[in-house]
Amino acid sequence: MNTFSESAATALALITGFDPVLLSIVARSLAVSASACILACAGGLVLGAWLGVARFPGRGALLTVLNTLLALPSVVVGLVIYLLLSRSGPLGFLGWLFSFKAMVLAQTVLVLPVVAALTRQVVEDVDRAHGEQLTSLGAGRLLRAMLLAWDERYALLTVVIASFGRAISEVGAVMIVGGNIDGFTRVMTTAIALETSKGDLPLALALGIVLLGVVLALNALIAAVRRWRIGGKDQPLLLEGAPG
Amino acid sequence: MSGLVQLNAVGVRFGHVQALDGVNLRVAAGERLALVGANGSGKSTLLRVLHGLVSPTRGSVLRDSAARQAMVFQRPHMLRLSALNNVALALWIRGTEWKQARQIASLSLGRVGLGDAASRNARTLSGGQQQRLALARAWSLGPDLLFLDEPTSSLDPNAKREVEALMAEFAQGGTTLVFASHNLGQVKRLATRVVYLEQGRVLADLPVHDFFNGSRLGETSREADLFIKGELA
Amino acid sequence: MSITWTRAACIGVALAFTAGAAIAQSITMASTTSTEQSGLFGHLLPEFKRATALDVRVVAVGTGQAIDTARRGDADVLFVHDQAAEEKFVAEGGAVKRWPVMYNDFVLVGPKSDPAGTRGKDIVAALRKISAANAPFISRGDKSGTHAAELRYWAQAGLAANKGSGLRECGCGMGPALNIGSSANGYVLADRGTWLSFKNPGDLVVLVEGDTRLFNQYGVMVVNPAKHPHLKSADAQKFVDWITGPAGQTAIASYKINGQQLFFPNADR
Repeated sequence: MNTFSESAATALALITGFDPVLLSIVARSLAVSASACILACAGGLVLGAWLGVARFPGRGALLTVLNTLLALPSVVVGLVIYLLLSRSGPLGFLGWLFSFKAMVLAQTVLVLPVVAALTRQVVEDVDRAHGEQLTSLGAGRLLRAMLLAWDERYALLTVVIASFGRAISEVGAVMIVGGNIDGFTRVMTTAIALETSKGDLPLALALGIVLLGVVLALNALIAAVRRWRIGGKDQPLLLEGAPG
Repeated sequence: MSGLVQLNAVGVRFGHVQALDGVNLRVAAGERLALVGANGSGKSTLLRVLHGLVSPTRGSVLRDSAARQAMVFQRPHMLRLSALNNVALALWIRGTEWKQARQIASLSLGRVGLGDAASRNARTLSGGQQQRLALARAWSLGPDLLFLDEPTSSLDPNAKREVEALMAEFAQGGTTLVFASHNLGQVKRLATRVVYLEQGRVLADLPVHDFFNGSRLGETSREADLFIKGELA
Repeated sequence: MSITWTRAACIGVALAFTAGAAIAQSITMASTTSTEQSGLFGHLLPEFKRATALDVRVVAVGTGQAIDTARRGDADVLFVHDQAAEEKFVAEGGAVKRWPVMYNDFVLVGPKSDPAGTRGKDIVAALRKISAANAPFISRGDKSGTHAAELRYWAQAGLAANKGSGLRECGCGMGPALNIGSSANGYVLADRGTWLSFKNPGDLVVLVEGDTRLFNQYGVMVVNPAKHPHLKSADAQKFVDWITGPAGQTAIASYKINGQQLFFPNADR
């Protein structure tokens, strides 16, 4: 228990100390994962929504593969992206290895299946309930998918938040393709891994607390903005379309 | 083909279930056609085949492509938008420019008595109000042919009356109605023709007066006769 | 969704930030975790930057992975401590020349009570005693320079195939291996640098040191641009020249932890 109280105290000292190195690491973590989250959501929301309404031969197999990708270990993604981006690899000419771009690419690849699979389920369920009305109105498949996804935007916001969480908490991919270079590609999770391997466990745990604190602040901000936007407008009844 | 929609020997199979079997049906302009039958008899499937939401696994569907169609479902299916925007969206999907769509939507809402609720979230309206909103949505599209799938079955008596009144107004305006209903009183009040379904087959297809004339019906279809007696008992 | 736009704006700023920060010239150096964790680079590289305005980006992994990184052309400079592997790398054309730079030493740490009786100045004898007593021994097992040295000592003891039943291979870095040793009260071969900065020693103390066989030689190489033309070999050579020259060698000698010098410069210029 000593380690935990020591870590809590260290975490507080770190947060209030505004150490520039720590701040740059936190900023880098947020930048990498937010970029990856945006890219993954841009692709994954559209892909998932379309998959929710589309029917074609082989769809079942594709969904099974997509659901399997939910369990992609981050270190495997890191390894594959590393082999692609290495100077000896097919994309070596980009020169992206051991840089910010490589980390964003790896996390995007990791998180996109998560967004697509969860969006697919949300849209498929709501399509079953409301889809035929939109078809009756003349909406083609893609428009129907987009309208249903937009209608379920609050559920999908949770998907976006989950995908950001997956990105910012992973260490395997970003360690391999970024190289954990001090002052350049070190992020919170790789810093925690480094301090752990050096045996400085209280500091490692303190950094973990700081990371969670930052994500907590972000989620609180999102909740506050949501409340501000919804507040003043009617709240939906618990039972939709209830008689009377 | 002189009608609006014509089905020739249409069959629909979902997996192991034969939802429709050998259905021949022609819907003529100006009719008010009611589909009756027990749950699972195929009424909803028949409506969807007529509207084009479901493709037949056998037989063919001929359609007057110039005739505009709309459908009102048992549950209103409103999106998380204002009442006005739900209606405007329907117009926008059909190609109307958004501003104009909102204007037409506003008129439709007034027509069904929901003008005050225009800016409220559609999902916060009562069931009856939402169903009237669905009718407003259908109305704004100016359909020649309107399908309704048990439109009043989940409503209280007041709301039922309001919706029926709107359906009658639609018909008076020249719209052809095809509606499925459990409510034989409603069928008597609104329909010109009744089709009775049992297990996916059409067992009776009569003008409304004949359908509700006991002896005539008994001659044509014993099953329909028994059905009516069961429902009316 | 305006949240997304706000985020996008923040990302734009952050990206601009990062891009701006990369204006300084830089080279990539593949080195080992033990070297980085000793803190040596934090001491050396700022001085190098003052002298040459060059940023050195250190990718710190195990020796095997560092050499592989260089072989792939993903690093400009290689700085590791496994002479045999380094010479093999030169022989296969991965680098033109290997420069010796410095040495540090390994120590055998173990529980204060020393159940296998290893205390002394002889590493090979110590390993024989550990094997005989089947005492717990934590091996890194990760193709690192430290692991390669450890395997050499086992071989010199004639025990390559029979290290005792207490052997545990973790496939991990020096810090994690020491963590395991500390919690299992086992013996670990460690480099002095990592040991001195290790913050979780538990009951472990240094039991064997000073054996000349424990000296750990570091070599530095410019990765051969003939195979990978994009490499910044001129700048890489500047690093090699600096670290084997008087300024670098002095800087190495001046790095101390708790008043103890960790690395001993021995470039032969």
